[in-house]
Amino acid sequence: MALLETHALTASYGDFQALFGVDICLEEGETLAIIGANGAGKTTLMRSLSGVLKNKPGSISYRGESIGALAAPDIMARGIAMVPEGRRLFPSLTVEENLLIGTYGRKTAGPWTLESIYALFPILKERRRSPATALSGGQQQMVAIGRALMSNPDVLLCDEISLGLAPVVVRDIYTAFPRIRETGAAIIIVEQDIAQALKVSNRVYCMMEGRITLSGKPCDLDRDAIHKAYFGADGHELA
Amino acid sequence: MEQLLSPTFKVETRTGLSAAFAVMAAIVVILAFPAPLLVSRGAVQDLFFILTMLVLAQCWNLLAGYAGLISVGQQLFVGCGAYAMFALVSLFGLDPMVAVIVAGLFAVVVAVPTAFFTFRLYGPYFAIGTWVIAEVGRLLFAQWKALGGGTGTSLPHDATRDMIGVDLLKSLFRMKSAEAGDALTYWFALVLALVTIGAIYWLLRSRHGLGLAAVRDNEQAARAVGVDARRMKTIVYLTAAFLTGCCGALIYVQKQRISPDAAFSVIDWTAYVIFIVVIGGIGTIEGPIVGVIVFFLLQNLLAGYGSWYLLILGLVAIVTMLFAPRGLWGLFSDRTGIQLFPVRRILKGGPLEHKQMGGPNG
Amino acid sequence: MNWLDTIAQGILLGGLYALFAAGLSLVFGIMRLVNLAHGDLIVFAAFLILSLVSLLGLHPFVAALIAAPLMFAAGWILQYHLLNRTLGKDILPPLLVTFGLSIVIQNGLLEGFTADSRRISAGALETASVSLGSINTGVMPMLTFASAVLVIVALNQLIYRTSIGRAFRATSDDVTTAGLMGIRPQRIFAMATGLAMVVVTIAALYLGTRANFDPTSGPARLIYAFEAVIIGGLGSLWGTLVGGIILGVAQTIGAAINPEWQILAGHLAFLLVLLFKPRGLFPRAAD
Repeated sequence: MALLETHALTASYGDFQALFGVDICLEEGETLAIIGANGAGKTTLMRSLSGVLKNKPGSISYRGESIGALAAPDIMARGIAMVPEGRRLFPSLTVEENLLIGTYGRKTAGPWTLESIYALFPILKERRRSPATALSGGQQQMVAIGRALMSNPDVLLCDEISLGLAPVVVRDIYTAFPRIRETGAAIIIVEQDIAQALKVSNRVYCMMEGRITLSGKPCDLDRDAIHKAYFGADGHELA
Repeated sequence: MEQLLSPTFKVETRTGLSAAFAVMAAIVVILAFPAPLLVSRGAVQDLFFILTMLVLAQCWNLLAGYAGLISVGQQLFVGCGAYAMFALVSLFGLDPMVAVIVAGLFAVVVAVPTAFFTFRLYGPYFAIGTWVIAEVGRLLFAQWKALGGGTGTSLPHDATRDMIGVDLLKSLFRMKSAEAGDALTYWFALVLALVTIGAIYWLLRSRHGLGLAAVRDNEQAARAVGVDARRMKTIVYLTAAFLTGCCGALIYVQKQRISPDAAFSVIDWTAYVIFIVVIGGIGTIEGPIVGVIVFFLLQNLLAGYGSWYLLILGLVAIVTMLFAPRGLWGLFSDRTGIQLFPVRRILKGGPLEHKQMGGPNG
Repeated sequence: MNWLDTIAQGILLGGLYALFAAGLSLVFGIMRLVNLAHGDLIVFAAFLILSLVSLLGLHPFVAALIAAPLMFAAGWILQYHLLNRTLGKDILPPLLVTFGLSIVIQNGLLEGFTADSRRISAGALETASVSLGSINTGVMPMLTFASAVLVIVALNQLIYRTSIGRAFRATSDDVTTAGLMGIRPQRIFAMATGLAMVVVTIAALYLGTRANFDPTSGPARLIYAFEAVIIGGLGSLWGTLVGGIILGVAQTIGAAINPEWQILAGHLAFLLVLLFKPRGLFPRAAD
């Protein structure tokens, strides 16, 4: 049985349908990458998995339990933590308080504590008392990841970590991933940076217009297949 | 190569039903005029009450439902209009009917600095700000000893007896002075109500109305497309002030006795008005009309029950806001899609479909 | 006019207004809810304390101690089951529902207690006075001010040093992301209102022992509370104290010039502050 899987997941914003019967599955300990162009439905998928968007009860299951209709706090309490798109740190809280709030809904003992997060991202320890939003984009991203890790989740959802960040900063952040993987968490990353996504994941799904168009291991997928799945049959030439 | 069609589109608001309603409304209005000659004096006073509350409700609705200005301080203009009228009649001997109009203008004068001040505030700050300014008005007028100070005063005995038109009515219809006075104020109220509804309907149908709806929904976006939000809100606020001021003055011509607490009462001139608009349906012209009728019926039903009356009114408002946020008219209109004062723009004419093959970029 | 004495009285009066305002500031700050029934809830609590005093023969301070958890529960239920349904992007529903609530409470109290003016007797404390240098002040006003400061210190400790305080601030910043952290906004809001009602009870104790009150006293207290919060600036509890003090001092100076001008002077001070600082003296940055 997969750790987390979706069954014909659909989602709409009012009259606008964003997901058309998406099936994905995530195994224990693996890192899944979901790639696709803007508007493909990646963030909608993440919002459904994390409970921000409510879905039909049977459409998502976690460890066999049907969680599609649960609200975000309930899903978080079960061990699925989200690093939201755009970081979304709390401006009224300091860096340390932002990390601490990650344990509000779930206080599970495990490898991730304030100390180990500071060890993972040393710059945060220096700036622990600053208001979180006073940090640079890359540092804020580290706080957002740390905040999600504090609850020692079994599943970590990372939505567009690289968004708005310089490539060198993105690389920096991704160097932390092997350490995160070591602790046994399964990870789903949504990325527009295809190279980074392929480098760090065990399996890849590609989405376009609300549907899965490709899935497989990074080593098994060739450039043309990804291109087609990303942009569609009569898409542009990749530069 | 596609064929370019030049569509002849028209923007209209009229529908079949609204045209029928317009005819019915005209008949009702024509019948309303001879009312003082047909029904009892008590009934005329009831109608007067309904009409004046309707004017106040339409004004509040214009501010809150269309311009997004949620004021808890309209009693400022009721009180200022009423006191201005009292001053003009008691101290300067002006005819009450003329004084009512001048009082409305005074309310506008008061509204100018009020708008300047309160428009800098947003949301709840604006609401509380308008309330505080109304309280300031109440406290200031309570210092005016010539008009009774804190305890208030009455209109001079013959002020309403000698109004323009009273003698005419007495000779034409053999009315007593008091009856004639009631008739005159009633007609004034009827005209004021028609002018108010007419002005609001005209405003909403004009392109200013579109701008207003845009401001209410999203002021920044409205500004971005060139709507002068501040100017729109100011015009609406001053117009509401004028109509509310006239109405307040008129109400006190009929009451003949004034006091600061009564003229600036937040219950009588804001709480009741808000209930009327909420229960009837905010953001529509039909809503306050429905609301006023419901309010009048409730008031008559519960007249003898003291504070239970207000308690029930409060409960009804709470329940309405939770379960029918667009009021009774909103419920009806949503179910049936009927608009009696249509302000929705309908695109008529031109081809319905316009198929064209896209270029290389879709 | 004895300036020193007047200003001292004004500052102490400011303590009472700060107590009126602190609960409002908390709720306004966390959920942007404008509770137009706040003043009436203070009066309601005053009647509750009065009832406990007359029915059980308790000392007012003890009665307040018993009333506080009752008011907490009432506030929790009110928020969770009624006011939570009104929260959203539109500011009209909460305003109108709380307005309706205000009318319901006032008239409910009128039916239950008649329109008679009441007072809670605090015995000897009422007339006890203490002298600070050249000024003589009553013990009650000093207690009131001290309570206001204590309440604000306690609330600040709660908000800035506890886990639930973090949750309050996070929810106020970003409700959706707070949910992702396992915070249940509905419960947080209910907690905040419950807490506000405890402060309201303390305010009611000092209101009831200081002056006469009746079922219609609510709206005036609401206005003072709002003026204090708005002068101080949204989000700052110390600002609320400063706002209360400014209001109190303006009122006492006005009263010293002419007793009829007391309330008017307060309103004018409020409007003056808003003229130059539309968001108050110490607003928080993110709003």
